[in-house]
Amino acid sequence: MCSNAKQPSRQQRTILGVRDHFDEVQDAVLELMKSFEYSEHELFSVRVAFEEALANALLHGHQGDETNTIKVSWIVDDMRVEIEVEDQGRGYNPETIPDPTADENLTLPSGRGLAMIRAFMSAVSVNERGNRVRMVHQRRA
Amino acid sequence: MADTSLLQIFERDGITNVEFVESNILDEVCIRRIGDELMSVIERKGCPKIVLNFENVNALSSSALGMLITVNTKIGDKKGKLALASLEGPIRDVFRITKLDKAFSLCDSLADAISTVR
Repeated sequence: MCSNAKQPSRQQRTILGVRDHFDEVQDAVLELMKSFEYSEHELFSVRVAFEEALANALLHGHQGDETNTIKVSWIVDDMRVEIEVEDQGRGYNPETIPDPTADENLTLPSGRGLAMIRAFMSAVSVNERGNRVRMVHQRRA
Repeated sequence: MADTSLLQIFERDGITNVEFVESNILDEVCIRRIGDELMSVIERKGCPKIVLNFENVNALSSSALGMLITVNTKIGDKKGKLALASLEGPIRDVFRITKLDKAFSLCDSLADAISTVR
């Protein structure tokens, strides 16, 4: 039986920590989302979370070294968007990051990346080593 | 490229109105340059009254928020005022989710923002 349904497959790239490469993988995911007619608000949410994950990999995982490679993979279908970002760093324990929304931390200039990922995605997990984040956006009804 | 300003700055009645040239404020280098430009404006003012107009902005990262916090602190140190204008939809969500709506004066319109800093 033939089917016109789009069959998603996991895409994977290994990129450098540079703007052009960030844009390339973000654009690829967003184009796929558009093909499944996700809303503009959902595109925004995934874009912000994806950007934060890549920035964390570069700035914290690799201490700003753009030559270290970052592994990125994603799968998009009509119900969900799943993205993984893995750096080569030693990893971190997300529980040790102060809550950036606490009143006493509101004026701290950093430490909001993971909070924004959690806020904009449906589910977020970090591997035991702390160098790979997996985030899922479930399509809104 | 490096010499091109990422901000459009208008002065009127003692109030500095700043518009962003880039619609996506995500890139670390761009954010640093925007921060440097804003700091330069603040340094030149005795009591800075600044409105940042987000009408053209489509995306904002946590690094950009950090830069804005630093700018806000600097303005506060000089007893000045800062208001953020034209924050709508998902951009306003970024401030709400991070609870930075408690740390900044967020205004729906440019006119409201100008009144806030006057």
